[in-house]
Amino acid sequence: MASLVGSRVERKEDKRFLTGKGRYTADINLANQTYAIFVRSPHARASIKKLNIDKALKSSGVVSILTGKEIADDKIGGLIAGWAIRSEDGTEMKCPGNPPLAKDNVNFVGDPVAVVIAESLAEAKEAAEKVEVDYKVLKAVTSTADAMNGDTIHEGIDKNLCFDWLLGDRQKVKEAFDKADKVISIDIINNRLIPNAMEPRACVADYNAASEEITLYTTSQNPHLSRLIMSAFGNVAPEHKLRVVAPDVGGGFGSKINVYNEDIVCSWAAKKISRAIKWVAERSESFLTDIHGRDHVTHAELAVTKDGKFLGFKNETIANLGAYARVFGTVTPTYLFGPCATGVYEIPAAYTNVKAVYTNTAPVDAYRGAGRPEATYTIERLVEKASMELGIDKTELRIKNFPTAFPFKQTLVHTVDSGDYVAGMEKAKQMADYKGFEARRKESEAKGKLRGIGVTSYFEACGIAPSAAVMSLGCGVGLWESAEVRFNPTGQVTVYTGSHSHGQSHQTTFAQIAADELGVPIENIDIVHGDTDKGTFGMGTYGSRSLAVGGIAIVNACKKIVEKGKRVTAKMLEANPEDVEFKDGEFIVSKSNKKKTIGEVAFACYLPGVRDEMKSPLPEGDEPGLKETSFYDPSNFSFPAGTHIAEVEIDPETGHVKLEKYTACDDFGRIINPMVVEGQVHGGLAQGIGQALYENAEYDETGQLMTGSYMDYTMPRADNFPEFNIGYTCTHATTNPLGVKGCGEAGAIAAPPTVMNAVIDALGGQEVTMPATAEKVWKACKNLKKSNAKAA
Amino acid sequence: MKDFNYHSAKDSKEASKLASSSSAFLAGGMTTIPSMKLGLATYKDLIDIKNIKKLSGIKVSGRSVTIGAATKHVEVSNSKDVKKAIPSLSSLAEGIGDPQVRNRGTIGGSIANNDPSADYPSACIALNATIHTNERKIEAAKFFKGMFETALKKGELIEAIEFQIPEKSSYQKHPNPASRYAIVGVYVAKHKGDVNVAVTGAKSCVYNDKEMSKALSGNFSSSSIDGMDLDSSEMNTDMHASAEFRASLVVTQAKKAVDAC
Ligand SMILES: Cc1cc2nc3c(=O)[nH]c(=O)nc-3n(C[C@H](O)[C@H](O)[C@H](O)COP(=O)(O)OP(=O)(O)OC[C@H]3O[C@@H](n4cnc5c(N)ncnc54)[C@H](O)[C@@H]3O)c2cc1C
Repeated sequence: MASLVGSRVERKEDKRFLTGKGRYTADINLANQTYAIFVRSPHARASIKKLNIDKALKSSGVVSILTGKEIADDKIGGLIAGWAIRSEDGTEMKCPGNPPLAKDNVNFVGDPVAVVIAESLAEAKEAAEKVEVDYKVLKAVTSTADAMNGDTIHEGIDKNLCFDWLLGDRQKVKEAFDKADKVISIDIINNRLIPNAMEPRACVADYNAASEEITLYTTSQNPHLSRLIMSAFGNVAPEHKLRVVAPDVGGGFGSKINVYNEDIVCSWAAKKISRAIKWVAERSESFLTDIHGRDHVTHAELAVTKDGKFLGFKNETIANLGAYARVFGTVTPTYLFGPCATGVYEIPAAYTNVKAVYTNTAPVDAYRGAGRPEATYTIERLVEKASMELGIDKTELRIKNFPTAFPFKQTLVHTVDSGDYVAGMEKAKQMADYKGFEARRKESEAKGKLRGIGVTSYFEACGIAPSAAVMSLGCGVGLWESAEVRFNPTGQVTVYTGSHSHGQSHQTTFAQIAADELGVPIENIDIVHGDTDKGTFGMGTYGSRSLAVGGIAIVNACKKIVEKGKRVTAKMLEANPEDVEFKDGEFIVSKSNKKKTIGEVAFACYLPGVRDEMKSPLPEGDEPGLKETSFYDPSNFSFPAGTHIAEVEIDPETGHVKLEKYTACDDFGRIINPMVVEGQVHGGLAQGIGQALYENAEYDETGQLMTGSYMDYTMPRADNFPEFNIGYTCTHATTNPLGVKGCGEAGAIAAPPTVMNAVIDALGGQEVTMPATAEKVWKACKNLKKSNAKAA
Repeated sequence: MKDFNYHSAKDSKEASKLASSSSAFLAGGMTTIPSMKLGLATYKDLIDIKNIKKLSGIKVSGRSVTIGAATKHVEVSNSKDVKKAIPSLSSLAEGIGDPQVRNRGTIGGSIANNDPSADYPSACIALNATIHTNERKIEAAKFFKGMFETALKKGELIEAIEFQIPEKSSYQKHPNPASRYAIVGVYVAKHKGDVNVAVTGAKSCVYNDKEMSKALSGNFSSSSIDGMDLDSSEMNTDMHASAEFRASLVVTQAKKAVDAC
């Protein structure tokens, strides 16, 4: 039987999605359901003086109106940060309470203060307009860089500072800098982004008064984790009385990791009114209240020798958390950021210092790449600048500082098990025709255009993560994953996974893996996910962990099935279990060549007897049935890496940046399905290029979101991109049996510095901030013209 | 969205009779419906004009192209007649919004709305258009009054727009990267005798840039406007472009348009 792993198996989910048969949360309608509308703060910072619902209650169709007071009276818990970060001085981070409905203070535009539940959506909306809230508007803090000088947002949190964290050794870094021939320094802003999943958030909550069970259908990347948080911290219901279902989910990118206010409020309220409640975000609510991403202000320095050896690295960053610290809000700018900030280089001394600040803006949390795009942007912009200042070719300079051997013990945290960064660089250069660039630049010049080329070599730490390691760093949970593989008596297989697919094609790739492990045709394998009532448990999908963690749990469960199969076969064929081999779905006794198919074994496991004989195929100690579970805890992160090269052409008259070529050469270890990986790379690149050239979330000084719709927030479209030139090198991960590494975030991590390096190259080294919009680039072109004229 | 009455008018007369101070005509609905949905506008009555036969269709004569007010953007961009008579007009229509918008939005709606960054108003100015309403004919130069403001009276219905066929013309838009409306759009049309340089997106309302028109009427070459330093004091500033950038773009786009003619 040919192996399915490695082949372009058509996506099992496509039929459903392409024929409109997907079932998303908003498609779910329950009998007798009501509709919720949230009354949200129009102010970025205010105290609530009075909230009057009398008029609204009289509005037609209103079933109930609940406010922060009722939720506090019922002792429903608030939203939480999932990682406890400690400051350099040893103090614990400071987090404000974040009630699901604000009672006394609101802290960003969109912060909910009440929920209106009515018989119809129109009636809920009508009534919501009649809720009267008397706010005392306070001065908002909105700027990341100045947040520490603003008014105190949360009582008791001085300077709006959540923590002041250090990773690395300042003294060693100082010594390294003292020895340097040259110090390259850079000031950069990692622009704030809004995730914009295609499907807006939604939830439908139901309550069964007889079983006292709440069922919540919600747009989540991790239903089990949501249940745990809602139960343990939200106090919504004990875990066994709370079922969370995340059906088809139309994109997450990190924005659907969190338990949100609406999840808690609708679940709690459904029990209160003993009816189902449906809430679907409007796009404008998504803009305002989904978590946002990035938003760093960074000063970084690189100490180098004159021949280009890196000696030391400093990184001083202010990270905006928004109004509250959420699930991955505090780890994203620390342990997901700092360890990767030294990039793919041997740098003997390094530190990263992060001050995380609160502002009156939407909470900032993990968004595709989470911390690693910010890290890669910092180091790769610095290295490119170093190459300009040292006059060393940008690819040579990188190669010079690549690690020479693997495992590569990084300066700060990670030990990278495998990789070949030089091979990636060489292949990327070939794919991009790096050598031919100068000729292309001249051609552009002849047309009056400016052409630039940019390079990024990245690695990232994903496949999160060993539980003991992350819990030692403050994580509130372990980050293993579980799988359950269940044979039916008639030979088909159901695989339950705790990973969640919201665009990652698990239904296909996971089935490919199970098909190879079990020798069962892929059509006979179903992947089930997204329901806390099905399967064992799950930590969910983020941090490119589905395959490297969830996929391995499936492999391990399959291996347990095979082990049992060997024992059963041995018993049935009267052989020694050690003499039974398993290949392509058959158990073969090596000495006699007698065999049983896995289907026969499954059948025997469920029907363990024969007519007229007292005889069981099951060896002593084995129970009937064929079902195995694995909880897999990885031994390390996984470390995809690669080199990306971009080429841009700029029209100096309009400042328009045209991305002419984009080459991505990635090492994802073993690839299960190349077509799916291409999709992941394309999507990641689109988001990364979007960050570099188009996307930007902008608040004004009063805290109003200026980019609250697609009229002003530039979502990139297909015509903004060239055909992507994609290739791979492959070194297998040594820390998992499949040899796989994550691929979901790489594009979003590598693309921003790659594109910006190209833009800045075209602009003669002038710094521009992301996104490189026409006006910024136009201004830089004018400066370039002036300085060229002076030089001439 | 608040409740409203929906009417489908069978002819212009009925449509204008139904109109009141709290009504809107419903053509493509691409402006009206989003603004109602967002609560920016409320109407008691929506008067659908799409079923009025007379308002749709394209007619070309020797000197002009006449387009019915309820003609959709996609129909203008696909029309072989328009492509032949005034190719720049068809490419303007092709560059409006996205396929969904082009499949619904209409030329009459666009002009009646007079968004300061809309594309069609510049075509009307550059191509010396005449706006035919159910009551009168209005010259384009007198039609666009200010931001979202036109010469239309309450209940007055645009029936068709008549464009003069130029010798040469081109429309060059620098789109807002998010909405794809014009940050600046410049429509250059060379007629016998004179040149119009209609600018949209730059100021509160579309206008004919006299300085560039004059220069180009003298010498129809982009070199005659190259480096021109336009007064930016009345130009728009927003998060996508400052007045200074817009002033520069107006000249750049005008040059591109002349070169493309
Ligand atoms: C996402 C998006 C992107 C867009 N991008 C662009 C763009 O790039 N460039 C651009 O130019 N436009 C753009 N538009 C606007 C689009 O062109 C609309 O078609 C236009 O604004 C209104 O036309 P409509 O037929 O939809 O009018 P409607 O929304 O139906 O009506 C708009 C107004 O015009 C009045 N009206 C309509 N027809 C008549 C008539 N015959 N006589 C008198 N009054 C009338 C109505 O009473 C109403 O007040 C965009 C719109 C959207 C939603």
